[in-house]
Amino acid sequence: MSDHDVLVIGSGHGGVSAASTLRQLGYEGTIAILSADRDEPYERPPLSKDFLTGDKDAHSIHLRGPAFWDEKQIQLILGETVASIDAPLHRVTTASGKTFGYGKLVWAAGGEPRRLSCEGAELAGLHTIRSRADVEALLTELGGASRIVVIGGGYIGLEAAASLTKLGKHVTVVEALDRLLTRVAGPAISDFFLGQHREHGVDVRLGAAVSCIEGVDGRVSAVRLADGISLAADIVIVGIGIQPHVRPLAAAGADVSNGVAVDGHCRTTLPDIYAVGDCALHRNAFAPDHPVRLESVQNAADQGTVAAHHICGTPAAYAATPWFWSNQYDIKLQTVGLNSGYDQALVRGDPSSGRFSVIYLRAGQIVALDCVNMVKDYVQGRALVECRAMIEPSLLTDPETPLKALAAQE
Amino acid sequence: MPIVHVTTREGEQRTVDAASGRSLMENLRDGGIDEILALCGGNCSCATCHVHVAQDWLDRLPPMSADENDLLDSSDERRADSRLSCQIPVTDALDGLAVTVAADD
Repeated sequence: MSDHDVLVIGSGHGGVSAASTLRQLGYEGTIAILSADRDEPYERPPLSKDFLTGDKDAHSIHLRGPAFWDEKQIQLILGETVASIDAPLHRVTTASGKTFGYGKLVWAAGGEPRRLSCEGAELAGLHTIRSRADVEALLTELGGASRIVVIGGGYIGLEAAASLTKLGKHVTVVEALDRLLTRVAGPAISDFFLGQHREHGVDVRLGAAVSCIEGVDGRVSAVRLADGISLAADIVIVGIGIQPHVRPLAAAGADVSNGVAVDGHCRTTLPDIYAVGDCALHRNAFAPDHPVRLESVQNAADQGTVAAHHICGTPAAYAATPWFWSNQYDIKLQTVGLNSGYDQALVRGDPSSGRFSVIYLRAGQIVALDCVNMVKDYVQGRALVECRAMIEPSLLTDPETPLKALAAQE
Repeated sequence: MPIVHVTTREGEQRTVDAASGRSLMENLRDGGIDEILALCGGNCSCATCHVHVAQDWLDRLPPMSADENDLLDSSDERRADSRLSCQIPVTDALDGLAVTVAADD
């Protein structure tokens, strides 16, 4: 058994943020990052974008330089999956039977892509986009493929569709609901992205439920929809969200539902166990109704920092402003705030110009902005979100009035 | 191989052997300057790779895009010598470039 003062589970943005921040704060104990992933820590966002198109290589997406881990004395234990946690004894056991003791445990294990449950879900040629290995496996098959069906019209699915279109593939996006990005954006954004994808030649099918995956000789050949239509496919990409990876925590007695519950310092209900990132169900000042899980680089990185500060005895509760981005074709979407529970969405600018913003209000207060090729609105709108500004809608929708001027009035 | 001189937030002087063809941000990251968070990975979508460029180098860098300019406005630390390091491709012509990591916002 090896012991670490801090053992971080997961090598994504959250885990790396926690470990790096500890060192930046002068933490002198031993630190290890244990991850199921076999690759040194890398950025996930490019996986569906520049890494998929080949515009960035594996080196470009490293989260830290190759010398960093030795220099900072952060041990990487890769290719190990946690099977169980013994919370009273402060130790974890991996699927391969190794045991690691810890002083503090930071659970940053993220999630696993949700899989299809229909017939044919086990066929070869079905792919997910979560890890670098996922995309490398996809890339090995891509050369011989021309028809690709993407199941799921969320950010991952749409980014993959844009990247694959750029590579000259014929892409069909199958979305079960009646618009794209339902879970994350308002209808104006959904409509805009629908138009853009169709303009780029993507066949987008809305309200289309998948009935089964058809195969020939163990390999996918088509996606059959509930209405009987069969979409020929050489490759199928499944982008229907993630399942937070929290099973060992639940078995150890943590408060687990849709993720693992954490307090403002990212502490779980188990002693000396923190959780950060995609799997952490937390109360967020920007989503007052109920605890949320946020799947974003911002949330992972900032929660990692919060856990590190608490471990170092300089606690600062999580209060970071949520932000997010997605790049598709030449579109740069940037989001600030959270639109959950919004009751009004104002469109600022003309979507047909390819540059506009959507301002989400809740009881008159600005709670979020989605900015399409409008970096200025994104930057200037942040202050409005942070103070939950209440501003006359006619001013907000006037693109000639800078948001900065409105923020100054508040 | 171009050399980049970096002053960290603590005032420490470091030298990074940079690779031409990669961005300054990637080179700083690879050189162990871990204060450069570069959360968006070099997409010009955040401002967490902000540096101050030595005066005599400013004019030798490629011009700033409107997006970079707008993003820099999000930083309280913005000055006339501010750039996002992800938007600066390193070339041999930048051998000797000197930058200072901008303070955390």
